Amino acid sequence: MSVDKATVARIAHLARIGVGEDELEPLASELSGILNWIEQLNEVDTDAVPPMASVHDEALRWRADVINDGGKQADVVANAPDGDQNNDGAFFTVPKVIE
Amino acid sequence: MSNLIEGATGQWEVVIGLEVHAQVTSQAKLFSGAATAFGAEANSQVSLVDAGMPGMLPVINEVAIEQAVRSGLGLNAKINTYSVFDRKNYFYADLPQGYQISQYLQPIVGEGVVTVNLEDGSSRDIGVERLHLEQDAGKSIHDRHPTKTYIDLNRSGVALMEIVSKPDMRSAEEAGAYVRKVRAILRYLGTCDGNMEEGSMRADVNVSVRHPGDDLGTRAEIKNVNSIRFMQQAIHYETTRQIDILEDGGTIAQETRLFDAQTGTTRPMRSKEEAHDYRYFPDPDLLPLEFSDEFVEAIRATLPELPDDKKQRYMADLGLSEHDAQVLLAERDIALFFEAVATGRDAKVAANWVQGDFFALLGRAELDVADSPISGDQLGGLIDLITDGTISGKIAKDVLEMMFESGQDAGVIVEEKGLKQVSDTGALEGEIDKVIAANGDKVAEFQGGKVKVLGWFVGQIMQATKGKANPQMVNQLVREKLKP
Repeated sequence: MSVDKATVARIAHLARIGVGEDELEPLASELSGILNWIEQLNEVDTDAVPPMASVHDEALRWRADVINDGGKQADVVANAPDGDQNNDGAFFTVPKVIE
Repeated sequence: MSNLIEGATGQWEVVIGLEVHAQVTSQAKLFSGAATAFGAEANSQVSLVDAGMPGMLPVINEVAIEQAVRSGLGLNAKINTYSVFDRKNYFYADLPQGYQISQYLQPIVGEGVVTVNLEDGSSRDIGVERLHLEQDAGKSIHDRHPTKTYIDLNRSGVALMEIVSKPDMRSAEEAGAYVRKVRAILRYLGTCDGNMEEGSMRADVNVSVRHPGDDLGTRAEIKNVNSIRFMQQAIHYETTRQIDILEDGGTIAQETRLFDAQTGTTRPMRSKEEAHDYRYFPDPDLLPLEFSDEFVEAIRATLPELPDDKKQRYMADLGLSEHDAQVLLAERDIALFFEAVATGRDAKVAANWVQGDFFALLGRAELDVADSPISGDQLGGLIDLITDGTISGKIAKDVLEMMFESGQDAGVIVEEKGLKQVSDTGALEGEIDKVIAANGDKVAEFQGGKVKVLGWFVGQIMQATKGKANPQMVNQLVREKLKP
């Protein structure tokens, strides 16, 4: 499987990573190389093998429905831009996004 | 009943599928221990997991799992004892993780069916495709600053059930009936409070049109509709828009649209144009969710009586009409109230009092049943006083109003205000004699054959006794006394 320049540009945009025009071609070739290498795994017949979700042989841990977190407004917005500059209390602020 | 729409190029059929997002009733969030209560101060119910801080790990809430299974059972659906959480990747200011933890290929609940009840008394089965668990996003607030959007993450990470229907609905009415029924089922189960104003329930509406018998048309998805009325308006608008485009020779774009409640129209949503590629993959922070059949059966054993079973019982055992049964069970709170009134009493009488005078008083006070100042037992107590002849049905209406105002029992009010029905023949006879003596002309009319005058006499005596006379007894006594 190979990846072209347009695909790289699209993936970069979806991931919000800035990739310059001159970087597209080399990236396409590198990504294609990785995918081809991974594709070798398809040569192994895994039809009878259940997918492995983890290398640990354990089950998902469940928590009780108990409130034991939160109430740390100041911590949560401590690093937010304008965290303490608006009068409305502890909101995060971002440039206006309106639909 | 035909739902087909007459167009210039023949008949059209609208096809509707719904994704209902229902907030799971739980104390804490899906993957963190922060609270879920509505209306708290901004960002005061946020753990570092919900804020998407690096290195924080999600741990699943067992009640969210139980509630999803319970909902699945209530929707007559297949429960999957093995399901997988995936990351749905997109960027938005109120999504701090950069992805939503959701379920994609292997949801916790599979196919089910909901029977909806339509206005004309008929019912239809609507298929459920799946139900999966996912995280809610935060809330964007646009109207508090001229150039900035404020973000409150209190909702971030709250457990939602997304219930996806099959494209089985053919009219706005059916879509409305479906949402009402799903909401009623979840409320009976106690898995979602169904409060659309507070955002605990909202729907994405998929609408397409086609000529009957054709393949499905291209659909538009209307996002985040938060009332049944808006949903129906959006469907009507969208149906007309699509038919107009197709009849003018155009094609429908598959896109996400927003409903504008001000204008009753829909418009394309700009930001999500490219967002359809969510690049789902299994969340490496979470192992697959597995539980036993015993776990499912233990939940099944605690299911309450659901609306469809209640309807059968109300009609077959209590002898109610289908209409009365439907009204009384549409909301769980109403059904519980009615059952308290009806227990040990005539169910039809109970149904009439609940739907008649009681609903009227609630309506006037703009209250829900849950906030009623009197309990079902108290209304039952009032009915008992009518049944044993202590008060007349007419006085009972006044007593109910006083109960509603004071919250007191019927017996207390009747005693304090001296409203007991006068069934003492001696006392009544005195009143009757007075009226007869003062109205010789009416007596003559009656004796001359105008039997209707009898009613006039009864009315006079009821008035003289301020309604406290036993009407049957007055009727009988007057009749005897007027005999020539």
